[in-house]
Amino acid sequence: MNATHIEPATALAELKETKPDKVTLVVLSGDMDRVMAALIIATGAAAMGMQVTMFFTFWGLNAIRKENVSSSPKDWLRRAFGWLNKGGASRLPLSRFHFGGLGTTMMKKVMKDNRMPGIPELMETAKDLDVKMIACTTTLGLMGISKDTLIDGIDQLAGVSTYLNEARHGSVNLFI
Amino acid sequence: MQADVKLDTLGYFCPMPIILTSKKIKELVPGQVLEVISDDEGIKKDMPAWCETTGHAMVGMEEEGAADKKVYKAYVKKA
Repeated sequence: MNATHIEPATALAELKETKPDKVTLVVLSGDMDRVMAALIIATGAAAMGMQVTMFFTFWGLNAIRKENVSSSPKDWLRRAFGWLNKGGASRLPLSRFHFGGLGTTMMKKVMKDNRMPGIPELMETAKDLDVKMIACTTTLGLMGISKDTLIDGIDQLAGVSTYLNEARHGSVNLFI
Repeated sequence: MQADVKLDTLGYFCPMPIILTSKKIKELVPGQVLEVISDDEGIKKDMPAWCETTGHAMVGMEEEGAADKKVYKAYVKKA
């Protein structure tokens, strides 16, 4: 009988390769500062070799919506809601000191002057580092956002089970 | 300290130095040393933490310049 000899070191190395540390982030907020924190953690974790999943729901969906593209839900309530709730990575307001856009514009200027990446740049970096992005189907429906108005590169449209299935294996699970 | 490859991240804040490091390290062969130059004080703690997680070796950290304009040089040996 042929016994397969496995070198323990190699076997362990492969195990590490297939089961890396996992990070999951639920992004509920659509505030620029909060989404920025989420993306910094996501890109940082990915740079550390961790597997990262971001689950966007409710206002967080605004971060993964195309700019100046509107969905046209059939009912007038959701259509009106769509006029008020504009999406786009570069249009997210600050959670404080937004001041009708003035505060956020000033913050963006300070960030740019200091070579700090903004939300659009961080999103690009996240995709570049293979951060998995999931959009929540329930809130997409609730808010009348059609999937064709989401940015390219969204890996999945899914629900709570998908999130939990990922989070179950996560060593870091955050709700932002 | 002698390095094989240098990476200038001056002017960049967290998480960019770490992200740029993780990209740059891929260009090295195991055993080579990467020198990461940064003016973000956070690198002093972040680079050892990044090394601990990724398995690369932190082989040195140097500080240069006056107190308000410090430049940090982190040396990472590719595993």
